[in-house]
Amino acid sequence: MSTLSVQDHGVAHHEDDHGQHHHKATFLNTYIFSQDHKMIAKQFLITGMTMAFIAMILSILFRIQLAYPDKAFPLMETLLGRFAPGGRLDSNFYLALVTIHGTIMVFFVLTAGLSGTFANLLIPLQLGVRDMASPFMNMLSYWFFFIASVIMLSSFLVQKGPASGGWTIYPPLSALPKAMPGSGMGMTLWLISMVLFIASQLMAGINYVSTILNMRTKGMDLWKMPLSVWALFLTAILGVLSFPVLVAGVVLLVFDRSFGTSFYLSEIVLNGTQIQPYEGGSPILFQHLFWFLGHPEVYIVIMPAMGISSEVMSVNSRKPIFGYHAMVYSLIGITVLSFIVWGHHMFVTGMNPFLGGVFMITTLIIAVPSAVKTFNWLATLWRGNIRFTSAMLFAIGMVSFFISGGLTGIFLGNAALDINLHDTYFVVAHFHLVMGSAAIFGMLAGVYHWFPKMFGRMMNERLGYLHFWLTFIGAYLVFFPMHFMGLDGVPRRYYAFTEFESMKQWLSVNTFVTWAAIMSAVAQVAFLFNFIHSIFWGKKAPQNPWESNTLEWTTPVEHLHGNWPGEIPTVYRWPYDYSKPGAEHDFIPQTVPLSQTMSSNLPHDFEDNPVGLEEHTKWASTQKSNEEVK
Amino acid sequence: MGFKNLINSKKILSLLAVFMLLGTSMLFAQGTESAGATASPAADAVKDNGLATAGYYILLFLIVCFVIGIVGKILRVFDLTQQIQGKEPINWNNVMGICCLIFLIAGAYGAYWEFTVHGSMILPGAASEHGVKIDEMFWTTTVLTMIVFVITQILLFTFLFRYRYNAKRRGHFLPHNNTIEKVWTIAPAIVLTILVIFGFFTWQKITDNVDAKGEPASINIDITGHQFAWELRYPGKDARLGATNYKLISGINKLGINFKDKNSYDDLQADTMYLPVRKSVRLNIHAQDVIHSVYMPHFRVQLNAVPGLPVFFKFKPTITTAEMRTKLDKPNFEYEILCNKICGGSHYNMKKIVRVVTEAEYQAWLSQQKPYLTDGIKKDLKFAAEKKEVQPNRLALNN
Repeated sequence: MSTLSVQDHGVAHHEDDHGQHHHKATFLNTYIFSQDHKMIAKQFLITGMTMAFIAMILSILFRIQLAYPDKAFPLMETLLGRFAPGGRLDSNFYLALVTIHGTIMVFFVLTAGLSGTFANLLIPLQLGVRDMASPFMNMLSYWFFFIASVIMLSSFLVQKGPASGGWTIYPPLSALPKAMPGSGMGMTLWLISMVLFIASQLMAGINYVSTILNMRTKGMDLWKMPLSVWALFLTAILGVLSFPVLVAGVVLLVFDRSFGTSFYLSEIVLNGTQIQPYEGGSPILFQHLFWFLGHPEVYIVIMPAMGISSEVMSVNSRKPIFGYHAMVYSLIGITVLSFIVWGHHMFVTGMNPFLGGVFMITTLIIAVPSAVKTFNWLATLWRGNIRFTSAMLFAIGMVSFFISGGLTGIFLGNAALDINLHDTYFVVAHFHLVMGSAAIFGMLAGVYHWFPKMFGRMMNERLGYLHFWLTFIGAYLVFFPMHFMGLDGVPRRYYAFTEFESMKQWLSVNTFVTWAAIMSAVAQVAFLFNFIHSIFWGKKAPQNPWESNTLEWTTPVEHLHGNWPGEIPTVYRWPYDYSKPGAEHDFIPQTVPLSQTMSSNLPHDFEDNPVGLEEHTKWASTQKSNEEVK
Repeated sequence: MGFKNLINSKKILSLLAVFMLLGTSMLFAQGTESAGATASPAADAVKDNGLATAGYYILLFLIVCFVIGIVGKILRVFDLTQQIQGKEPINWNNVMGICCLIFLIAGAYGAYWEFTVHGSMILPGAASEHGVKIDEMFWTTTVLTMIVFVITQILLFTFLFRYRYNAKRRGHFLPHNNTIEKVWTIAPAIVLTILVIFGFFTWQKITDNVDAKGEPASINIDITGHQFAWELRYPGKDARLGATNYKLISGINKLGINFKDKNSYDDLQADTMYLPVRKSVRLNIHAQDVIHSVYMPHFRVQLNAVPGLPVFFKFKPTITTAEMRTKLDKPNFEYEILCNKICGGSHYNMKKIVRVVTEAEYQAWLSQQKPYLTDGIKKDLKFAAEKKEVQPNRLALNN
């Protein structure tokens, strides 16, 4: 059978390498300035979760304003001071809340919190690597992210409040400190924070890509990688290629704000009389630069969630993911197409209508790979043996949200329909379902699934069920009615619906939505409690709690710097051999050579291995003749 | 063992509850103290109220947590006793499978309720010529996507129920099936191609704004956004708008109209946007300070107003305000212009009323509007002209 195990490697020289890395473990280098990818993953997760809770509280604050626009809450003044005079939110502060909620959720939670956590955790563990290509750069990436978070939050402490031009910070509003209070110091802090954040993302992304391309264990060719790693890989590539463009846009904005240039400014008169000296710039230029990142960004957010969900759904359906190759190609398709669709955010911004038509075509094409992914997930569930772990429920929730939110994208991607839907609540509903809720559910699925790997203990499943159902139902209750508000032409980012007669019919809906949002927010306490409680007092985790095939479950439960105590395992098969007919168990880990599973091998397993195929047919024919003899 | 655990944890739980209750009441006391120290008695009472309500909700939340904790423990005890008695423990896979089914049914009803109740609150049919085409596209897209939505969600949740875990069964090993994968790649591709083609041509028609030959010229109306209002400018009898320049903007000339341009002499100002029905209108859209967006939902019109980038949107209103009022049975109905691009603190309150009227009404209204060239501006301009005349004289004298 030597032909079947050609990838065997005898000598274990990894331990020797490993020995050199040993330093004295102190509190400082274990928990704070750690260069161990597993610790950095936990740091990203906990920082990301903290930011998520902060952003969630911000959203509840502005939801309260929308539900009760005429009511004063004295407590609000006690808590927020000058930002809520008389117990009512200031309208500028309302916009600041919306802006910072969006910024934190998109960048700090769903980019850094999601990719940062799972890329750091899963890339080395699922590919059989001792640590990232550059552990030091990895640590630096976390600390840049941390500083960026602190600066972003510190903008609540400046006199005029945080940036408030919307998370898209379109100039001239964001460029002119006189245009609104938030465009002063708050905006400066926003820009500084984002530059640091992008630096962090670039360092992280380069690290992920180089680790995946260069450091995979023996036998782990690209087509044997789990989909989670594929997704994180393509996400990192997207980030590395698109984030620098945002830096360019941001730097030009800094120039306009502080050094008197006019890249984005032209023919501006403030307060009806103050003629500004800017000439020749174009606000549309910023929108192009912003959305050149901004659109890939939504795929940076959703692709890791897709990868995690694919992995979790395959494990818990006890079935291989349906159409593994199609899943990878659709991810690649999304990655490539996401670079040429940014203009669909700008159909009505005054961009040339011809360009609008072109972007409409590319945008609707990107729906095809997304549809393929959805159908493949459904096919994965079909005739499976579905175990409802909390992680599985969240992965399912992700699929449900992705369908509901994705379909409305077909409306918004159509330039003609976008005329009336642009910037309304329809858009709010669309992206909160398809990239907000779906991505956060993917992230939560990942947390529940890999919690045993991260902390060596199990989370409470029943609390997980409670958390899932409350959040899942809550999110639908919050975002479903918003579609209809959008179809009634209600614009987003409105401080109150009281000024327009036509919007007053939605006031009661707003109250309902707010209470649904509060319910979902309160449900997160169940998660927080579960998370913290399980870290310290959870049930001790077995080595492979979900009976999964991937490499991370071959490491010991106790964490080691270097992940595997001995030699790094060799990989012989793809990661989705679940419920294979003829196999002893309903899962075959990637480290089991095909030579040990003769009874379950299929001709399909030897597609690129003619020698192996020959062996297999020989074995099969002897089996057959043996049976005939009997 | 199970019982012991229960007793122990109950004690712990009740202790925790007592502590928390004490803690909240202490918080109350502190809150009222600090409020009392800083505010006058009247304000004090108000603040008390706020804190009490918050405290009430926190208490409610704690009680809910407590109940959930107890229910959790009861379930655990039930599970353990079942196991002790050699019976099957709670099968959570079955419970969740049934939950999925319940969610599917409840969700289907919820979606139906949404579509009938909230769905009837959306905008009425388009009140403009191109809007009708947009509406057609919208309904086609809605029907197509709703079919996909219903089918996929039903499949998702019934699969979950149907294929829930059973220890006796194994999953069906099905890594791929190229035929079906090809089908569901090509099918959405075809549907999307159709949508793209229709969308593309609709979009082209809407944005192809140039007046065709032989077509009567559109009425030119200028709309200018600034923080936080819209300014309107109608051409006078010459049907032409005068040139503008942002450098001329001042307290009395708020649009920066260049009054050296003769076309500007009869440019009219207006508070409400009157439009004649079934006449092509060309809205010239400008902004002075930041980006605004002219959004007229009933006419399916939206275009951003960008400083330094003059753009226009051509459309033809088809239903008068009066007709719309009877149609909707709302005697106070008005068409509106909203600002739909975040523009600052009062973004939510940038309203302009639009009235679509008959041609005769329109002409009557137009004749009552005042020109931008007011006496004040005239005086100003004359003064400037005189000044200019004086200057050369002086120069001459000096020579």
